[in-house]
Amino acid sequence: MEHQQSKSFPISHVIGFVASLVLTFAAAGIALKTNLSFKVIMWIIGSLAVIQAGMQLFMFMHLREGEDGKTNLINMIYAVFMVIVIVVGSIWVLTSGHAAH
Amino acid sequence: MGIKWDEFFITGDPLILGSQIAILLTMIGAVAAITYLKKWKYLWTEWLTTVDHKKIGIMYIISAVLMFFRGGMDGLLMKAQTSQPEMEFLNSQHYNEIFTTHGVIMILFMAMPFLIGLMNVVIPLQIGARDVAFPQLNALSFWLFFSGAMLFNISFVIGGSPDAGWTSYFPLAGKEFSPGIGNNYYAVALQIAGIGTLMSGINFIVTILKMRTKGMTLMKMPMFSWTTFVTSILIVAAFPIFTVALALMTFDRLYGTHFFTVSGGGMDMLWANLFWLWGHPEVYIVALPAFGIFSEVIATFSRKSLFGYKSMVFSILGIALLSMVVWVHHFYTMGSGPAVNSFFSITTMAIAIPTGVKMFNWLFTMRKGRIKFTSAMLWALAFVPCFVIGGVTGVMLAMGAADYQYHNTLFLVAHFHYVLIPGVVFAVFAGLYYWWPKMFGFMLNEKIGKWHFWLFVIGFNVTFMPMFFLGLNGAVRRAYTYSAESGFEPLFLLSAIGSIILAAGFAVFCYNIYWSIRYADRNISSDPWDARTLEWSTASPVQFYNFAKLPEVKSLDPFWHMKKKNEGLTLHDSEIEEIHMPSNSWLPIYMGVIFGIAGFFLVFEWHIAAAVAAIGIFAGLIIRSFDYNEGFHVTKDEIHRIENAWRKTEGEVHDHVS
Repeated sequence: MEHQQSKSFPISHVIGFVASLVLTFAAAGIALKTNLSFKVIMWIIGSLAVIQAGMQLFMFMHLREGEDGKTNLINMIYAVFMVIVIVVGSIWVLTSGHAAH
Repeated sequence: MGIKWDEFFITGDPLILGSQIAILLTMIGAVAAITYLKKWKYLWTEWLTTVDHKKIGIMYIISAVLMFFRGGMDGLLMKAQTSQPEMEFLNSQHYNEIFTTHGVIMILFMAMPFLIGLMNVVIPLQIGARDVAFPQLNALSFWLFFSGAMLFNISFVIGGSPDAGWTSYFPLAGKEFSPGIGNNYYAVALQIAGIGTLMSGINFIVTILKMRTKGMTLMKMPMFSWTTFVTSILIVAAFPIFTVALALMTFDRLYGTHFFTVSGGGMDMLWANLFWLWGHPEVYIVALPAFGIFSEVIATFSRKSLFGYKSMVFSILGIALLSMVVWVHHFYTMGSGPAVNSFFSITTMAIAIPTGVKMFNWLFTMRKGRIKFTSAMLWALAFVPCFVIGGVTGVMLAMGAADYQYHNTLFLVAHFHYVLIPGVVFAVFAGLYYWWPKMFGFMLNEKIGKWHFWLFVIGFNVTFMPMFFLGLNGAVRRAYTYSAESGFEPLFLLSAIGSIILAAGFAVFCYNIYWSIRYADRNISSDPWDARTLEWSTASPVQFYNFAKLPEVKSLDPFWHMKKKNEGLTLHDSEIEEIHMPSNSWLPIYMGVIFGIAGFFLVFEWHIAAAVAAIGIFAGLIIRSFDYNEGFHVTKDEIHRIENAWRKTEGEVHDHVS
């Protein structure tokens, strides 16, 4: 077993973790504590979710250590596919026809 | 904390009282027997703390057989209750609990561990590796599954079982309509087991991508390895959705949120949507490895290479991709727009195409083969027509418009039993008969195996075929009784008789295990079936390091070609090198126990106790972080001794293809 221990403090992980918390609480605060219209709230918290997902990709998911571009590409395509299926699919299914009412 | 001790143990039902006494006696008996035989140390060092993929696999399979018994008893009770109209054997509440636990246990605690158990035993051997990529994580997967399964199982004697169906749809499963703690068991126990399954998925992806032996490219992998690989990807894709859904359910039930309650601004159909976003891929998570098992068994006993290997691979990938985009077919009647229902009708029907490709490939593999009718092969043969019935009725159900007629009837219940029993249960039986000698060094009795096969297959058809017709006549699922005027009685009675034959088949299976352990011939070849893949090129039972020398692969069916060309079958002393193996660890079982305890407290909503137990979980994580155990090396002398013991045995197959 070879060890690849980096001695430096994992600063990007800490920043990512704190930023994730901030973004999450910001979303919760906007949803619960403001009087904005439903549509505006949905757009804001949706945008915050996308920002957080993108940030986590860079902070946690070793995207910048790209020695293996092909693997990263496959993983990204896979992730985008899953997001489209789960998020877009759910919204479509739950907001069309009688299900919307 | 408001503990209601009078509600702690379920009382007042003779069936449950009997179970409580039986559980107590079994536990006392087991502890007494182990103590009397002085086996505690053996049990601890050889099994409970093991990180050996083969032993973990065997523990998965033992758990699965026990859970099969439990789920089967649930099934028999339901069949007894519906055998006559207006029967008063079970009341409606008890019946609700039983069909709920039957579904959850059979899918998550029988089918899943049975298949993951076979994967554990076989995959590293098939790809020529010495263990999985993360052996200790593998043990943790097992213990978390086991912990979740046990937590779920005690629900019927302590606190009350979940009763909202295995799908636990909201609003029924919410606090408002299910105020008891039964559904907390569902939310918490499945979460714990689900963590274990997710880790298994990751483990097998890495194992298959990174640990294949020299020369084994992806397109030279045996079919069971391929299906396991794709299944693992599906696990990683789908299980997080269930994790999230269960977490939301837990918040709704325990902490008063309203993700799934309409009156609180939530959406009950979101649960159904998330559940099936996981639940449909889950169907393929259990079906794909089963397809892999059939591929191995059919190729071996037809004595031919698998027909259409590449089309098999592409059809698995196609099934996996499509399985992610069909989930709405479970709730067409929810009333989404016509565009939604049409889209999901088409994707659902499209799944029949790659599945049909696989069917024809299996048939063409058998064509002109010299078929050996072993027990394992019989299961594969019976699978073909039975599964086609399940598949064709599936295409009927796939049509959104027609589904309004079939929805929630016994037609649907018959359909998915026709898919899951041939598709999974037949497969695990085939796999068990096939790989049993590799696991234990003796074979299951073929003659008893054929009794098992015929009773089980006949019983299965007699049980579930009538349910198609009952469903078309309007009998709904999950109804605990029906009136005499409905005219359902003859078919329900026939179905109940079938279930007894089915149970007799399972009993013969258990007897076969007992008989074979006591009397089967131990002096068998390490390759008794004259098989084709690498797991048969090493000893039976497999030595703990799997291969003294890692095999080199040049083609599909590598072991077959090794035997044919007489290459790589012998081992020279000069080829033996020290082998690095992982050490046993007490942490996985500790984590299983502590997760179980924390989960139990959470089920009863004893939050402070649960928080205290959770400290134990964090302690385990911290201890693991500072664990620098690098494993140990097996010396050349020991390898020499172990290899000589099996290679010089009489009757050993070295270089023949009969």
